[in-house]
Amino acid sequence: MLDAQNNPTRTYLDRRVEEFRAQVNRRIDGSLTEDEFRPLRLMNGLYLQLHAYMLRVAIPYGTLNADQLDVLAEISERWDRSYGHFTTRQNIQYNWPKLPDVPDMLARLADVNLHAIQTSGNTIRNVTADPLAGAHADELMDPRPVAELIRIWSTDHPEYQFLGRKFKIAVTGSPNDRAVTKAHDLAVRIVEKDGEIGYQILVGGGLGRTPVVGRVIREFLPQADLLPYLEAVLSVYNLAGRRDNKYKARIKITVNEMGLEEFSTRVDEAFARIRPEFSGADQDLLAELQTAFAAPELAPRDDAAYHAARAADPVFASWADVNLREHFAEGYAIAMISLKPHGGVPGDANAEQMRVVAELARKYGQNEVRVTQEQNLVLPHVAKADLPAVFGELKAHGLATANAGLASDIIACPGMDYCALATARSIPVAQQIAERMAENEIDVGEMAIKISGCINACGHHHIGDIGILGLDRAGVENYQITLGGDAGPDMKIGEKTGPGFAYDEVADAVERLVHAYLDLRHDGELFRDTISRTGPEPFKSALYDEEKANAA
Amino acid sequence: MAKRFQPGIVSANDLLSGAVIYLAADGTWVSTMSKAEFITDAERADERLALAETQPEIAVGAYLAPADNSDAGPVPNHFRESFRAEGPSAPARKSWGYANA
Ligand code: SF4
Repeated sequence: MLDAQNNPTRTYLDRRVEEFRAQVNRRIDGSLTEDEFRPLRLMNGLYLQLHAYMLRVAIPYGTLNADQLDVLAEISERWDRSYGHFTTRQNIQYNWPKLPDVPDMLARLADVNLHAIQTSGNTIRNVTADPLAGAHADELMDPRPVAELIRIWSTDHPEYQFLGRKFKIAVTGSPNDRAVTKAHDLAVRIVEKDGEIGYQILVGGGLGRTPVVGRVIREFLPQADLLPYLEAVLSVYNLAGRRDNKYKARIKITVNEMGLEEFSTRVDEAFARIRPEFSGADQDLLAELQTAFAAPELAPRDDAAYHAARAADPVFASWADVNLREHFAEGYAIAMISLKPHGGVPGDANAEQMRVVAELARKYGQNEVRVTQEQNLVLPHVAKADLPAVFGELKAHGLATANAGLASDIIACPGMDYCALATARSIPVAQQIAERMAENEIDVGEMAIKISGCINACGHHHIGDIGILGLDRAGVENYQITLGGDAGPDMKIGEKTGPGFAYDEVADAVERLVHAYLDLRHDGELFRDTISRTGPEPFKSALYDEEKANAA
Repeated sequence: MAKRFQPGIVSANDLLSGAVIYLAADGTWVSTMSKAEFITDAERADERLALAETQPEIAVGAYLAPADNSDAGPVPNHFRESFRAEGPSAPARKSWGYANA
């Protein structure tokens, strides 16, 4: 990780903050119109939402150190309402900043090498990665050096400031895709072939209005070819992508209209032209980054205390069963910190909670915190012996909900409680469902419920086991349910079930689906296994026939 | 083809705070919808939107929001405008309650 004191980008960030400060001043004194100012504020992550501005801050590849998280907490207290909202793209959003304060917020972020650049607009967005990078036992290689290389290359890259549309990149180094790579405009999967490390490249994935599963454009790209290959993809898209229609401007449409084969041929031509321009400096940088991201030295620790605590405290044991993930180091674990208390706002953390997590990272977690695409936090390296203490602290601050990956670990976008684009609310729907799920969810097991407040699908509804999309039907909130989506390495788009449900009917409908699953499942079957075995019919019948029966 | 005119109010966001504001009959901006001017014809709507355009230092993104009139003044007739008027719904406010809320 880059350290804040020797921050090579500090000068650049300071310059950007001062530039934006001047732009804000000129907007306020009337020398800039809103039409002139809007693209400038968006370049700095500042949106105008329903009730207030919203500042979106990037958390590159979802990695934070304790000082950074402390500053995120401090910013929420000094200039917002003392909480932040973590998003599905590893960003944090502040919902209540005042325009004149935003330059100060950005200046404070720059102190810890954070910023809001390219978190909006038609440019390459925050590069995301596996949130368990560098920690999980199943990983082939830490994806963050590659993600950081891409971030450095794409930040302020003059050719990519005015793309036809936004462009999202994700990187993973694990075969168990936790970065939703197939839902990205471009994704890099680190793979191994004949003992050599290289990259599988995917293009054209995305959710939103037209959900498309990303496709492999290159099975195995040698490491040194990565940046020139990305430039080749971007250059083809930049020229061929449509600019006449916003809804057809993403690369997924370009690839679909052109055909993957033709697109790939053009990329290869561009690549042949671009490759010689790369002298290897990027590879030197990558090597440096690999050193910077080297795994922490984890001293062997005896885990007797962990087992004793499990035996003594069933609440701890149940949290450990659900919220721990397998670490590569013996005696260590990855601790998922749920930001989904039953009935709480998914992904929100208040300032005090952020500070508690930062302090835990300092004391027990190698100074590292991660932000997940499921809107939770993670302590990636905790000695099992320290887990009882960590759990105690989390519990004291409402952070010990044992539901990571379960039915109440719901992804929900801000929806119409905040978002100007929303067609319905998401948050209260998530809250109602989570409360219903709380009792039985351990028995139900792994289950992904995802809710978006409009067709833009920030809540990933297409790829939930149960997806919920909030719509405006003739002036009334209405919720469409999709089934059978899958966010894993073989991403699947869920299928619509039929007519939507009213705001106060959704939680019942979801409960019926979960009951149907419990009735239908065979031993060890996940929801997605059951539905691929039975097809959607029994679930549709649970949704609609039972409703009729109840009404009769 | 022009969209059929619907009676309503002129609303925008405040430049500095981003808060929801409404245009009153006296040409000032107010934060309560019921104090907004209820507009019943297209010509008046155009005039008021034109006025809003001349005040970019106050109002951002002014538009005609459909509304109903009542004894107490204009009231929302669509849930989006209700949320704009009242702020995030109660369940979504759960994270608040700390300083500055
Ligand atoms: S899905 Fe729609 S409502 Fe939800 S955050 Fe995205 S744009 Fe807003």
